[in-house]
Amino acid sequence: MKFLGRIAAITLKEFRQLSRDRLTFGMVVMIPLIQLLLFGYAINNNIRNINVGLVDQAQSFASRSIIDAVKATQVVQVVASYNSIQDAEAAITAGQVRAVLVLPHDLEQRAANKASQQPLGQWLIDGSDNIVSSALLGLRNMPLQELQRNYSQQNTPSFEAVLYFNPERRTPVNIVPGLLAVILTMTMILFTATAIVREKERGNIELLITTPLRSLELMLGKIIPFILIGLTQMTIILSLGHFVFDVPINGQPVQIVGATLLFISASLTLGLIISTIAKTQLQAMQMTVFILLPSILLSGFLFPYEGMPAPARYIAEALPATHFVRMIRGVVLRDASLLNMQADTAFLAGFTVIGLLIATLKFKKSLD
Amino acid sequence: MQFAIEAHGLTRRFGTYTAVDKLDLCIPRGSIYGFLGPNGSGKSTSIRLLTGLLTPDAGTINILGLDLPRQTELLRTRIGYMTQRFSLFSDLTLIENLQFIARIYSLNRKLIKSRIAELLERYDLADRGHLLADSLSGGQKQRLALAAATIHQPELLFLDEPTSAVDPENRRDFWEKLFDLSDAGTTILVSTHYMDEAERCHYLAIMYAGVKRADDTPQNLMNNMGANVVEISGPGLRQLKQLLLSVPHVMSVAQQGVQLRVLMDKAMAEPVAYIRSATPGLQPQHQLAVVRPSLEDVFVTSTGGGH
Repeated sequence: MKFLGRIAAITLKEFRQLSRDRLTFGMVVMIPLIQLLLFGYAINNNIRNINVGLVDQAQSFASRSIIDAVKATQVVQVVASYNSIQDAEAAITAGQVRAVLVLPHDLEQRAANKASQQPLGQWLIDGSDNIVSSALLGLRNMPLQELQRNYSQQNTPSFEAVLYFNPERRTPVNIVPGLLAVILTMTMILFTATAIVREKERGNIELLITTPLRSLELMLGKIIPFILIGLTQMTIILSLGHFVFDVPINGQPVQIVGATLLFISASLTLGLIISTIAKTQLQAMQMTVFILLPSILLSGFLFPYEGMPAPARYIAEALPATHFVRMIRGVVLRDASLLNMQADTAFLAGFTVIGLLIATLKFKKSLD
Repeated sequence: MQFAIEAHGLTRRFGTYTAVDKLDLCIPRGSIYGFLGPNGSGKSTSIRLLTGLLTPDAGTINILGLDLPRQTELLRTRIGYMTQRFSLFSDLTLIENLQFIARIYSLNRKLIKSRIAELLERYDLADRGHLLADSLSGGQKQRLALAAATIHQPELLFLDEPTSAVDPENRRDFWEKLFDLSDAGTTILVSTHYMDEAERCHYLAIMYAGVKRADDTPQNLMNNMGANVVEISGPGLRQLKQLLLSVPHVMSVAQQGVQLRVLMDKAMAEPVAYIRSATPGLQPQHQLAVVRPSLEDVFVTSTGGGH
């Protein structure tokens, strides 16, 4: 029975140590708790309230009743109206809406002409997220009872659909740019965080803080090599995506590099902040995972943003990866520019500046 | 005399624990000044206060004419600090390490190469410049750390237990280098718990439980010690030690090989006669003699003895 006593002694010791290592202890509880909640929220492919725009050229009773019927499905929410198809297409490119419903001038005639096989309107759909586009494609055959009672059109689809950017609906087109976000999140945060914590563990920091080196200098000096590593990873991922998986690279190289640099900077500052909190490399690793999992689940990489309930969206909005997934899909697939996606651009830039400030202030050059 | 370090009433607490308590220091320029004390006596905390790494809770510090902690950043280029733990990068070569430190101190690019060559030569590392720091022996690592700490030719050098991981021969070599630096005008503050190391210092402060107990040259400390030292040899020393500890005016008894070293209150003018009369278990074949005090005796006396 002695061995049981010894095992108990070890177990007690481990619990005591764990209870003193509050960060690890917190992680033990928080990782399953929070990740499970996120999972539960995010795996919800019953997509609702996709942002769409309207080009109502008919401006008639019929067009308004069609719009009401489409709204009633709750699959989409109408957030904008455009005067021309060009404006609508620009909005799709900029990622402001996922799709646009075009109702033509001759809507009344189309509806009245029972013999006609013409659909009533057209959906212009952003194909860069397959789950979203399939939800919108589901609207093609939606019954329009109001009109059907009046005009009775049975065998013709209600709408025609045009898929922009990924007409074949191939998965890699959707996955590869998103994967760039996930891989960069993982490597950038982990590399910086562990690089600084390792120096703390080895005592190098003790040497550095007695020198004239300033906190911000140390932080920036640490970041720069990883920026180059991040750009290398971007090149590898997009080249493989393009040449192996045939992902179209429609964006300007300057825009792609610009968007990636913004995201790398944001991720690196996040890594720096972690490094000022974590005391060991293990803690740094755990905290990275803590950010990585929601970045995979909530950023729109795996599950579309439109499928998430409000709390999950709030969390998603706080993650740099969410903004980058949007940007990089926009830039790579839709040839959007950073200016088109200024909200995401501003978020990443602001995140970097504020993050760097926090990290620098937290990394005090003293042992107090 | 001009002081490199002047501190008054220096106090630092961690929670309810007072690590350094009202420390006063005046360290003359160009001297080697030692902090002697056991682990946890406040040596490292004092050094960290004096280098601006910790902020004092009370007291004033003036180092090389600069007020701390206000002017800490100005001080950085004028002091060198060698940490207790080897804190250079073990995955860089010696030259890469020194280059890194030289650039941190913004040394002139043209001078860096010759300065590094000079340092490697001086610290007997010339043939190891391209090896990883990890592959060095303990003594070599200490010399590399000293080279790094002096690369910018600081006026004041702090060494926190520099030789705790080195053998006596390497320690002696290391001290030769320190005397060279001192000779060239560098003020050196070194903490140690080795008596032989402490004895080499020009001035010595004995630290115990955060308080400076004594402060003078090692020679004066030994001469002015408040105790006489009596050595006793003979049979049954373990039992005799217990008996002696209960004798009044005996401050401490320690066995050293075949002898007992007894520290006696200096108020007792005739220590040998007193011990003979006051110790019941002492037999005629026991030999007693008053001997010259060592630094360890000073340390034991000023820190309260073995009771």
